[in-house]
Amino acid sequence: MSNPVEHNSCGRLDAAWEVLRQIPDPEVPVISLCELGIVRDLRETAGGLEVVLTPTYSGCPATELIQDNVRAGLAAFGEIQITMQRAPAWTTDWISEEGKAKLKAYGIVPPGLTHLTQGQPIRFVRRGAQARLACPRCGSENTEKTSAFGSTPCKALYRCLACLEPFEHFKPI
Amino acid sequence: MSEPSIQVGASPAVQYLLRIGDACLISSQRLAEWCGHAPILEEDLALSNMALDLLGQARGVLTRAGQLDGQGFDEDQLAFLRDERQYLNPVLVELPRGDFALTQMRNLAVSTWLLGLWRGLQKSSDAELAAIAGKAVKEATYHQQHAADWVVRLGDGTDESAARLRAALTMLWPYFNELFEADAVDAAAVETGLGPAWPSLKADWLATMVAVLADAGLSLPKDSVYQSTGRVGRHSEHMGHLLAQMQYLQRAFPGGKW
Repeated sequence: MSNPVEHNSCGRLDAAWEVLRQIPDPEVPVISLCELGIVRDLRETAGGLEVVLTPTYSGCPATELIQDNVRAGLAAFGEIQITMQRAPAWTTDWISEEGKAKLKAYGIVPPGLTHLTQGQPIRFVRRGAQARLACPRCGSENTEKTSAFGSTPCKALYRCLACLEPFEHFKPI
Repeated sequence: MSEPSIQVGASPAVQYLLRIGDACLISSQRLAEWCGHAPILEEDLALSNMALDLLGQARGVLTRAGQLDGQGFDEDQLAFLRDERQYLNPVLVELPRGDFALTQMRNLAVSTWLLGLWRGLQKSSDAELAAIAGKAVKEATYHQQHAADWVVRLGDGTDESAARLRAALTMLWPYFNELFEADAVDAAAVETGLGPAWPSLKADWLATMVAVLADAGLSLPKDSVYQSTGRVGRHSEHMGHLLAQMQYLQRAFPGGKW
């Protein structure tokens, strides 16, 4: 990839998308930035490309690293301009079906659709029965939450009471 | 040679934004103090994660405040190079973190307040602020759930946990007044469509607090006439100590980066 990529306009964008589809999320490397749904647009500019990204969480510490990785990955396409766009706000609903399948295979229960959890009353005792998460290893629904927050803001910690293995859940947001 | 202080202008829009950005920044600083000190590992993760969300929200709002101020200050300069009187957060968020009950009680009050504020700000005439709010509203929902869970758990727990929670509520109660006070900065924000008047957030906030506190077996303390004044830059004795710790590196090593 040492020479600038020479393609017609459409081919150049296709080739750049192909590169982006290979760049993993730094914290959950099993899925790509595209599968995570944070690459919002890709446009040609006079000297290269403009990539429009959206942050997952306001304080996600991987944001800068993701920008660096995109810049490095697309270096052959000329000058890479990265635009951070907050609106519309990223939602886990944008994680692709393929991405969700990869998360599950990796041992992270993918998020359910956000409309299923929105509008629930916040109170401890009256939040009501929530659907039990199925263990990504043995499939049992005999599971419990051990921590509302995990190693990254986007995940919660659970354990399976059947196979006794801990697992993570990508929270719907 | 230490870095000299900066001064932001007196525009009501900038002040309105600094009140919000500073509330997030200082809350984040207090929550981050729990990192490595929380009673259990899961809470260490939770409090640190919430601190991170609040810091991210502060970055967005302070960046926008710097743009509107027009003197070219960025988020880092605004976070680290202002003097105490230039910070406009309510005193509530700068109070020492106290014990675990006090931290959770404050988190409940602050997250419920911020949730109402972000909801209103989603309709801001300032597109950037509306975009920040659109993201923050989702994060604040998780913060509120988590704090409410703990408040009920502590209130409904042992005699010791209930007593500590009650003491926390009594101690914090007078500082809640400042969250719902009307003034000229607030009025200007309503007029320009920048954001909601803070007093308009009180009814929903109070309804949620009453409900959660009832589940926790607590009743509301008597109303207090005390008015703290952090929003106009007059802070408690704790603010200077907090800033000394937060600002030390940037003041001693200007522009230092990790």
